[in-house]
Amino acid sequence: MEIRKGIAVSPGIAIAKAMVIDSRDYRIPRRTIMPSQRTAEIQRVRKAFARAIQELDEIKSAKRIEESEIGDIFAVHMRFLRDKSFRKRITDLINKEKVTVEYAVSTVLREIASHFAGIDDTYISERAADIYDIERRLLKHLQGRVEDNLGHLREDVVILAHDLTPTQTAGFNKTFVKGFATERGGRTSHTAIVARSLGIPAVVALGELSLEISPDCQVIVDGNRGVVIIDPDEETLAQYKRYAEQVTRFVSELNVLRDLPAETRDGVRIELMGNIEFPDEAAQVLEKGGDGIGLYRTEFLYLYGGSEPTEDDHYHAYAETIRTLKDKPVVIRTMDLGADKMPHSNWHPNETNPALGLRSIRYCLQNFPMFKTQLRAILRASVLGDVRMMFPLITTLQELRQAKMIVRDVMEDLDEYAVPYNAKMPIGIMIETPSSALTAGLLAQEADFFSIGTNDLIQYTLAVDRANEHVSTLFSPAEPAVLRLIRSVIQEAHKARIGLSVCGEVASDPEFIMLLLGMGVRTLSLAVPMIPEVKKIVRSVSIEQCGRLARRVATLDSSRQIKNVLRDAASKILPENF
Amino acid sequence: MRPAMQFVDLANTFDADISVSHGDTTVDGKSIMQMTMLAATCGSRLKIRAKGPEAQKAVEALKELAEQFFMGVSQPQVGQQEEG
Repeated sequence: MEIRKGIAVSPGIAIAKAMVIDSRDYRIPRRTIMPSQRTAEIQRVRKAFARAIQELDEIKSAKRIEESEIGDIFAVHMRFLRDKSFRKRITDLINKEKVTVEYAVSTVLREIASHFAGIDDTYISERAADIYDIERRLLKHLQGRVEDNLGHLREDVVILAHDLTPTQTAGFNKTFVKGFATERGGRTSHTAIVARSLGIPAVVALGELSLEISPDCQVIVDGNRGVVIIDPDEETLAQYKRYAEQVTRFVSELNVLRDLPAETRDGVRIELMGNIEFPDEAAQVLEKGGDGIGLYRTEFLYLYGGSEPTEDDHYHAYAETIRTLKDKPVVIRTMDLGADKMPHSNWHPNETNPALGLRSIRYCLQNFPMFKTQLRAILRASVLGDVRMMFPLITTLQELRQAKMIVRDVMEDLDEYAVPYNAKMPIGIMIETPSSALTAGLLAQEADFFSIGTNDLIQYTLAVDRANEHVSTLFSPAEPAVLRLIRSVIQEAHKARIGLSVCGEVASDPEFIMLLLGMGVRTLSLAVPMIPEVKKIVRSVSIEQCGRLARRVATLDSSRQIKNVLRDAASKILPENF
Repeated sequence: MRPAMQFVDLANTFDADISVSHGDTTVDGKSIMQMTMLAATCGSRLKIRAKGPEAQKAVEALKELAEQFFMGVSQPQVGQQEEG
């Protein structure tokens, strides 16, 4: 049994036989040829390229993929195959070293791939998978080998791989593939996106896996916790089967709640919104019975795709989401990346402390053209539904004013071209720094709503980086300092009669729901899969009861005490969950 | 890889030899392999050179395209030099 921890990129539990795919598994031995064979070898290069090009043409016309990201990737492959200097590099190697075509192809492509893989930028290093895909394709045609075709699967499997290439995932027989586990990848890698769109669990970035496992070996992919268990023992397997059944049962039980309102026992309606990243997650918000999208992260536009997003890239992504939600609210958050994470900018400021550096709204306020591109797209999309916009990481009133001034600039531009937009689109801000929490009263005069981002608020209030294992235990939303800030922000929002929501991880933590309601929160924005569970809690409590809990918590002086009280209260409401 | 793809596609429409350099590295602007490898490591300064009947046109068009990619970045610069 081997237990590995990775990044959970698509939820669910899969238990099935392992199917190992290794895009590096063609280990081509170095074999030399006689000088007289050179012409014949080079002839084979030409044929393999021609067949590979033909195959790509067929894939393209068969799958109607021109518009998708995958189509883009194949387009790059096609250009590689037509690139004379690429082919020359292969034939040069054959001529010079007198090696077989297979060896030359493999060597050249691995050189290129390792060049990409060595770059310290996840977007670029993930593209090494594309190069391996080209290698596979060429070798397949050279060796006339029948591909270990995943279209011919006859039983359920979990795919284990170094990384999955677009060709591999395009060829899957979707009925039998139950989950993915890969050594590499991240939230924006191809595997993650495909898994989410298929609705199957996936865990990536597992590090070196022992891929030489027996073909009948069982694998558990836990896409909820980010764990993969290879060859589990009887006990673990039985445990996970029970867990999987529980999850299924609980999910179907919760689905009954889908069409019921999130209303407390004493009749107070709570809005439950979803946090999403990709447009294809919008439909899930409705499926899970959400009231709208409370946080639409737009970073994926900058991270996935080969170049800085154009106004139309933005617009299409927003329009798709808004149309899915019809007239339910969609809160779009403007770009929230650090300068160090901007993949298309070659300007990486040397920051010793990026969390306190040029990021998020600060970056936008120093890069007007990029910021305006996004604002124009949001404004254009504002006429399609109930669209609202929010700025992340606002620390001072000055910043909010500056950002709003740019919005007005963009509006004037749109007026000039008679492009329609909603001039009354609500503009709110995230409250995620102590500075903005302490000046919430001032900010409330000029913002249409607040959304409390608890993750950053905790980090900045407690001065704790929770990714740092030496201090991560100090990171707690139950610290009195954090709760005091949250309480005062809620009060200021109520005083100014503006909207207020909580959109951090706390909003999906079953133990914190009662406290938040008791403190006066009426809108929560949370991870979409958690909506039914939180709705169940909301429907099991009364505001009066929550208020009592909140008052009790306000008198406690330590995070540990507060956590215990919250856990007790929650376990009385939903004993089966705790 | 999309920017490199667009760049190479455009470069190939001109009757000119096109080279792109960054620092000491100079590559063929019509080769996707060479351009992606350059793009993977390059900084913000690119130098585009062209030689041949359509050199002038090629440099102008490629410069414009390159500037589009860098739109919004504070200090992008695309140098140019023509011969022939």
